Amino acid sequence: MSTTATTSAQPDPHADPHMGVREYFTIYFALLGLMLLTVLAALFDLGAANFLVAMTIAMVKTVLIVLFFMHVRYSDTLTKVFSAGAFAWLLMMIIGFLNDYFTRGMVAEK
Amino acid sequence: LTPVAETVPAPPHAHGDGHGHGAGPGQAGAHGNGRPLSLVHQFEDLYQQKSAAVLGMWAFLGTEVMFFGGLIATYIVYRFTSPDVWGAASHYGLNVTLGTINTVVLLTSSLAMALAVHAGATGERLRQVRFLELTLGLGLLFMAIKAYEYREEYLENLIPGPGFSTHALHLPEEPAPAAESAAHRRESATTLRTASILSVTPVQFVHQRAQLFFVFYFFMTGLHLLHMIIGVGLVSWVLLLARRGRFTAEYHIPLEIVGLYWHFIDIVWVFLYPLLYLVAIHK
Repeated sequence: MSTTATTSAQPDPHADPHMGVREYFTIYFALLGLMLLTVLAALFDLGAANFLVAMTIAMVKTVLIVLFFMHVRYSDTLTKVFSAGAFAWLLMMIIGFLNDYFTRGMVAEK
Repeated sequence: LTPVAETVPAPPHAHGDGHGHGAGPGQAGAHGNGRPLSLVHQFEDLYQQKSAAVLGMWAFLGTEVMFFGGLIATYIVYRFTSPDVWGAASHYGLNVTLGTINTVVLLTSSLAMALAVHAGATGERLRQVRFLELTLGLGLLFMAIKAYEYREEYLENLIPGPGFSTHALHLPEEPAPAAESAAHRRESATTLRTASILSVTPVQFVHQRAQLFFVFYFFMTGLHLLHMIIGVGLVSWVLLLARRGRFTAEYHIPLEIVGLYWHFIDIVWVFLYPLLYLVAIHK
């Protein structure tokens, strides 16, 4: 197989035709909108739910940045596994960690 | 290095036989045996070379996720142990307007970086340079605003240490009166219980927890700022390379990798902003 043919036959992770200048701006405005949403949600006193709402929005923003700004959507499978794995392990660590604290009566909102 | 002038335009279907180790990355043109000069010898083709670089960067970013994640996990525990102290410290201690402006500045710099990488993929040198300059400018603006915020907090004696004072935070002198609400009763009970375990008075306990909020604030934003300083250095470096025309549609790996790093810094801030600034703005 020739070098040139190999290069053009496989999807290029960072020059995907689906991502143009217009798409980058779309993602940017979506991110700004989500930021506004976080601020609006924080203006209401929802108790501990304030935290959950803020973190959910932050995770949605992260997914947008990772998939489109960092091109993971157009990258090969191994890169997808690595990027998803990083956040999955973090989530496991945080869940295990909080499990401990929240079940020992050390946290006020129980 | 094979002098570029001596290279023969490669026939499109000639395969690299594994001997062609090309030249240093970043040089356009083709080796005599058909391998592009920007392709280093251990890789089959440019796609594999690019994938390996991206994968390596993601492995590094995975360790960074855990690095910041540990701090965020501890933050969550203390925030929910003393929600009212945390709320007061965030509400009265931090400048939410500047924090919001900085969020927009960093998001915009991320867009500029994405467009610079896009210009790398299309090989437009001038657009690479312009967008990298914009990224750099916005990065420096973020750092300047952050420095101004640090100064404000310094003047209000909010730096943890012997000079720390809760004067600016309007903290209650005693734990919240039991009559207020069930949530307050719970926090009062926890405060009293934890204070007695730690053998401190409730007032001292509240003071310590307020100080702890600022330990988290300065550690989290400081660590983020350290990444910004490294990021600004890296952006300056790729800007220099872009000015020299080193990035082509075929080879622009440094630009992409620095782009990944810059977007990661943005992601960290996406979490720090609501965690630190938006704790209790409804009050």
